[in-house]
Amino acid sequence: MLDLIWLVPALPLTGFLLIVLFGRKLGEPYAGVLATLMTASSFVVVALTYFELLSLPTEERHRVVTLFSWVPVGSLEIDMAWLVDPLSITMALFITGIGSLIHLYAIGYMHGDPKFPKFFMYLNLFVFSMLMLVLGENLLVTFLGWEGVGACSYFLISFWHTRDSAATAGKKAFVTNRVGDWGMMVAMFMAFSAVGTLSYEGINHAAENGGLASVTATGIALMLFVGACGKSAQLPLYLWLPDAMEGPTPVSALIHAATMVTSGVFLLTRMAPVLHASYPWAGDVIATVGALTALFAATIAVAQTDIKKVLAYSTVSQLGFMFLAIGSGAYVAAIFHMVTHAFFKALLFLGSGSVIHGMHHEQDMRRMGALRKVMPITGFTFIIGWLAIAGVPPFAGFWSKDEILLYAFANNRALYVIGVVTALLTAYYMTRQVIMVFYGEARWHDHSEEHGAHGDHTPHESPWTMLTPLVVLAGLSVVGGVMQLPFSKETHWLEHWLEPVVHHAEADIHKTWAYENKWLLLGLAVIIASAGIAASIAVYAKGKFKAIEPQILADAWRYDSAVSAVVGGPGYKAFDAVAAFDATVVDGAVVGVGQQVRTASGLLSRVQSGFVRSYALIIGIGVVLMLAWFLVRGVL
Amino acid sequence: MSFSALLASSSTSETVASFPVLTLLILLPLLGSVAIALLSNRRPEYIKLTAALVSVATGALSLWMLGQFSTHDGGFQFVSQHDWISRWGISWHLGVDGISLFLVVLTGILFPLVILGIDPHHNEKRYMSWILLLEAGVMGSFLSLDLFLFFIFFEIVLVPMYFLIGGWGYDKRVYAATKFFLYTMFGSAFMLVGIVATAALARRDIGYLTFDLVTIAEKASFSTNTGRWLFLSFAIAFAVKVPVFPLHTWLPDAHTQAPTGGSVILAGVLLKMGTYGFLRFGLYLFPEATVWAKPVFLTLATIGILYGAIAATMQKDLKRLVAYSSVAHLGFIVLGTFAITSQSLTGGVMQMVNHGVSTGALFLLVGMIYERRHTRVIAELKGIQSVAPIFAAAFMVVMLSSIGVPGLNGFVGEFLILIGSFETARWWTIVAATGVILAALYLLWAYQRVFHGEPDEANSSFPEITLKEGALLLVFIGLIGFTGLYPKPMLERIEPSVDRLITHVEKHSNYVAPAGATHGSSTHSESDHEGGE
Repeated sequence: MLDLIWLVPALPLTGFLLIVLFGRKLGEPYAGVLATLMTASSFVVVALTYFELLSLPTEERHRVVTLFSWVPVGSLEIDMAWLVDPLSITMALFITGIGSLIHLYAIGYMHGDPKFPKFFMYLNLFVFSMLMLVLGENLLVTFLGWEGVGACSYFLISFWHTRDSAATAGKKAFVTNRVGDWGMMVAMFMAFSAVGTLSYEGINHAAENGGLASVTATGIALMLFVGACGKSAQLPLYLWLPDAMEGPTPVSALIHAATMVTSGVFLLTRMAPVLHASYPWAGDVIATVGALTALFAATIAVAQTDIKKVLAYSTVSQLGFMFLAIGSGAYVAAIFHMVTHAFFKALLFLGSGSVIHGMHHEQDMRRMGALRKVMPITGFTFIIGWLAIAGVPPFAGFWSKDEILLYAFANNRALYVIGVVTALLTAYYMTRQVIMVFYGEARWHDHSEEHGAHGDHTPHESPWTMLTPLVVLAGLSVVGGVMQLPFSKETHWLEHWLEPVVHHAEADIHKTWAYENKWLLLGLAVIIASAGIAASIAVYAKGKFKAIEPQILADAWRYDSAVSAVVGGPGYKAFDAVAAFDATVVDGAVVGVGQQVRTASGLLSRVQSGFVRSYALIIGIGVVLMLAWFLVRGVL
Repeated sequence: MSFSALLASSSTSETVASFPVLTLLILLPLLGSVAIALLSNRRPEYIKLTAALVSVATGALSLWMLGQFSTHDGGFQFVSQHDWISRWGISWHLGVDGISLFLVVLTGILFPLVILGIDPHHNEKRYMSWILLLEAGVMGSFLSLDLFLFFIFFEIVLVPMYFLIGGWGYDKRVYAATKFFLYTMFGSAFMLVGIVATAALARRDIGYLTFDLVTIAEKASFSTNTGRWLFLSFAIAFAVKVPVFPLHTWLPDAHTQAPTGGSVILAGVLLKMGTYGFLRFGLYLFPEATVWAKPVFLTLATIGILYGAIAATMQKDLKRLVAYSSVAHLGFIVLGTFAITSQSLTGGVMQMVNHGVSTGALFLLVGMIYERRHTRVIAELKGIQSVAPIFAAAFMVVMLSSIGVPGLNGFVGEFLILIGSFETARWWTIVAATGVILAALYLLWAYQRVFHGEPDEANSSFPEITLKEGALLLVFIGLIGFTGLYPKPMLERIEPSVDRLITHVEKHSNYVAPAGATHGSSTHSESDHEGGE
């Protein structure tokens, strides 16, 4: 079964190719059905691989499957190869699993779109690329997937490309990601220069055995982190993710919440030994950036009114948590949170999509309210997602977030405090969203009256294709925590599973104050979450306090507009100056010299282009004569 | 007389051909050109037929040669050598190795595509005649192993290109053609002096006068200063041809004003005569001087990458934008050339071919837009993806290849150049690598303005791709995809010659290639080379 791993990316790739060729003939809904089946079959193969891996002894859970030699030059030998191990299979499981659900959902969501087949074509290409990213045996195969998901993200964000905002958002995502890609490329150069290979095994092995100098390891780790900041939307490169919400909602759920944006976390976990071999401050940098991003994005989410923007900033914030974990040496916790986050954030995005669908493309939460009555299943599942992300036990997010905070406390208490404040804000803004959308009074009535002439605006529940994924994801958001429960060693299931991958680098916190008092911290986390929820209810449901939503938070601290101003102002002018410099100075010098020569030699009157023309002819004739001579004397 | 002059075993590194395939690669288009010039203007159908047959035959011959090329041999193959002007030591010496192989094949493939796929609109007879002469000149440049012979072909190329731009170009064609001609002539003048001086000075070491490249490279030893002066005389000619910043300003004009076919060939193969020249006549003839000039050229290459990309971003004319992107892309090749590692040089050769395919295809696409809309101004185009989705998809694939997205051809060369250059030119590489960000910026921005948005009235009837255009583009896209996913057949043919060149440089200068960057895996690649066919 392990050798059949090629089927995993091959199936969605086949789906992509089939839709490229026959998409128009397949049409709706068959193109969607085909794409869904391909992803689901891929999931089945991953699941079978998983069980086989599970049946093997821990130390044998590792297989490299090589397809062909991809880029072999000198000592650089890069294979098109896959690495099957607990980490890649964990990733592949939730990518194909959640991917299948979102494909199914999209059949309903994209109903009636004239580009229905094309949407699924991109979606399958995305799943293929994402699987290449996580299954890659070396950095370059991962980079193939890395750029592939970036390109798909670009296609899908600007899917409705006649809308200027969508086209701009797609371009912004691609270009910003390229800044990160530069970092990843430099990391590859450094790794090859130092170790002579790009394979994960080779690099990690060198790092574990002292074959990598601390300074080099630090360089590689930080350049990888630059790459991760791009793909996983961390400060200062997060800017593209909120704009990416221009894409259809299934895209936001799949790419911009559950899978692609976690690539950076995956990459750093994959390369954990290198980070471990770095100077300790490298981890601090990552943890600090993660914590600050988490807090920064959470404060913004508090004041957003677009249902998807709240979730987008929330995603940035939760990704920050994962980097806080990585930087604290808590790789298992990072992956744990990545998986649970994939469950509940995909659920929340799909739920918001169901709301948008039911509200006829209304995304402003100020025009929603009381929707749980007309959309009971969407409402119920969304509430489960809310409890999971807010950190209410025993839902999934509670366990994973707590694990991160535990390690953060052991590592750096200041970052722990930032984490706790973020957790409080998370509970607060998510409760705010649930109340604004599903509770309170129905503000959409007046809206429908305003536009009464446009026909029926009554919200409605979504079709089964959309509801089934919601229900499944809600179930997972409830029970997802069982992967890793803090009760005893036996319940640390994910930790045992990932041990072969991260054991070397995972921080040991057993002797710390934090670990000995982990139940205290757990209790504190529950109180924090409850406080956030209570505060939010007091403000938004009971109206006891006035909502604090300063404009600067709604404007995302004006960071985006500041960057845009610089890029569009001085940046644009500088680029234009270069182009003008080229036309006037560099070219001007050439043209000037040419004219000087012409004037000086007094040929100006006689020499027009005719001079060159005859000169060209003379060369031509001369050369032809020479060749003729050669032909006579030489060959014939 | 000629065949008797065939050197049975000139040196161990040369494999002599059983029949003169390389000579034919030059003579076929040359004779075709003459034949068309002599054909009657009253039978236009024969003109195109002749041109097509000749170019297809040449292309087929180049592919046959590719098939016969011995993979793990770094020396010159299919060598033919005949005395020509023996009094001056000038000979008809042709040969192909891993460095020139794919440039020859690219030339062989590109010309029939241009002849079959692009309509010159008027004066077909003269157009086809010039095009075939151009092909002969380009082939000759890539195949010559004699300095004098090379110079002749290098100069021949100017003539048809001048007339193609001047005769079939756009509104400012005469200005552009003249500029192209004078600028390149200016560079070549230096090279002519350099060639004569090289042969004259090499005579002391060799004992007789010869213009033979291999003989001079292997036997002559110039004093440090002489070598540097001679190198510079060649370098100026090649730097203009590439073009290397700041000698590039003829390129945007020539590209923009040239007819589509001319642009495709200009970008596809003509510019490569410069980068190829650096390898064949720079590194090979003057290793010490090349190593000495390294910092200057690495810097100019890096500036070119960023400067070309920034200038491309601000262009208002789509064709000019692609032209400036060439300045950036060729900067990568120059970077790889002067970094002198196995990966960077192999990547550089690869990039020469890839740039030819990708940028050739981009010019083709821009030409198709011009045919339809009679404008290349970005601001006048809008929303084309809505009305011509297949055309847009083709543009997208080619564009992603030009941006360097892995899985497509552009990435492999660029990546190899950078990872190889990092070994010997660390800081230049780190700066140069930011070029990948800018490449995404200027191309995606252009794509957005041309293809995205709601089509306005002028663009709402943009015709979808035709069958003929689609077939033409499919060849390019096929090459783009295949090379990106399976570059090994190319790499294993290029690398042995590159490694030979590096060994040559190490032998003739104090340069030491980074350990492990060369010859690392000869046993490995030998053991599994059956997969590469």
